[in-house]
Amino acid sequence: MKNDPEIIQRLKKQLICFKEFLSRWLEPSNLEKLRPKLEFQTGILAGFALLASVLLGVTNCSTEDTIQQRLDEDLKKSLEEVVPANLHDNDMLLDTASIPSAGFNIGANETTVYLAKKSGKVTAACFKFIAPDGYSGAINMIMGIDRDGNILGVRVLSHKETPGLGDKIEAGKSAWILDFAGRSLDNLTPAQWAVKKDGGVFDQFAGATITPRKSVQAIHRGLQLFKAHQAQLINP
Amino acid sequence: MFMSETYRKITTDGIWNNNIVFGQNLALCPLLAVTGTATNGLGMGLATLVVITASNGLISLTRHLIPNEIRIPIFVLLIAALVTLVDILMNAWAHELYKVLGLFIALIVTNCALLGRAEAFASKQPVKHALWDGLMMGLGFTLVLVALGAAREISSAGTLFANASLLLGESFRFLEITVIPDYKGFLLMALPPGGFIMLAFLIVGKRMIDQKLVQKKPQPAVLSEAITE
Repeated sequence: MKNDPEIIQRLKKQLICFKEFLSRWLEPSNLEKLRPKLEFQTGILAGFALLASVLLGVTNCSTEDTIQQRLDEDLKKSLEEVVPANLHDNDMLLDTASIPSAGFNIGANETTVYLAKKSGKVTAACFKFIAPDGYSGAINMIMGIDRDGNILGVRVLSHKETPGLGDKIEAGKSAWILDFAGRSLDNLTPAQWAVKKDGGVFDQFAGATITPRKSVQAIHRGLQLFKAHQAQLINP
Repeated sequence: MFMSETYRKITTDGIWNNNIVFGQNLALCPLLAVTGTATNGLGMGLATLVVITASNGLISLTRHLIPNEIRIPIFVLLIAALVTLVDILMNAWAHELYKVLGLFIALIVTNCALLGRAEAFASKQPVKHALWDGLMMGLGFTLVLVALGAAREISSAGTLFANASLLLGESFRFLEITVIPDYKGFLLMALPPGGFIMLAFLIVGKRMIDQKLVQKKPQPAVLSEAITE
């Protein structure tokens, strides 16, 4: 205990010593001499790489939970957008079922379905799916379907389509995606499940045909997935 | 004037004389990719402005440490790390903005103007000059992006700043103007070739203004000598 002030004193001295060394080392004239040396160059490159990775690692770890929380909020908001509030009184994030979706080409082999329940009875199912073949990568979507197989709503969650052209699939940028509400496998034939250019009923955009075409096809496949598991989902 | 000669030169260089697009012909990849609308141009411009200022500052700060032989890998490393940091932090703390701008952040890595400024300016100048240079270069780039975006948007869709309220918030809805009502649309201008064509017009316009300026001054000061050595 009585050594404490001494230790602090010594540490302070060392710190001052280190500071002096560092400021001498960081003198431009000293660095000028060091820079041509191979050891220095290797060390500096390694140092910068280490610094960058530590910085990125720390930032990633410290923001992971926040980002997850934001994504959950987003998911909740999207779920509420595709399933009307009067259809459910449960927390859909907690009421989930998992169904195999390997044969449907909608991204995942296993799809989590969020169930909307009112007084314990399933009123609608909602799940995320992917159009893996968008114009520039996957298009992530979410869809709500009522217990009879009619679409309640579809939304695009994220995509990499061309800004100004393909991004009209977003509900915020055009009303295109709203056209799917009320559609089902029963009120449209398989041939009608396509953009107008391909003989279907859905609009394409000027300058971007692939984006809406692939979106329509993926939504169609999503409906088929629901139909394959309809009985199991609505009567758990 | 409040600004010294150096700062004035950096300012005029960044915004006009040595503008990233007009003067250096850099950054054409992100430029042509996102200028379909003025709003997208503005978003990309602002994101670039922040990153180029930060990267200039960082590189100027460490310029004595960086040996000439390995400067390029270090610049690339710093810029990539910086862009990723901005990307992660915005995703966590400015999530609403990220959902709109997120698309553009990753594209900044492909912006060779950042490397260009690091190489030509920041690695040779004191920190405050480098920061100011980043700010002005970013501002000049933003202006070009908005001008090109606006020109393409008006000619392709007849609107101006469509969806600006998504980027800047509801209070900026007044920016969204329909310039030509019932416009049938001119698709070419929204596609990449339209970007090249419109950019050519803008560059011609800039050259013509420069010539007018030279004619007005019988003995011009050196107009377009860049701070690139």
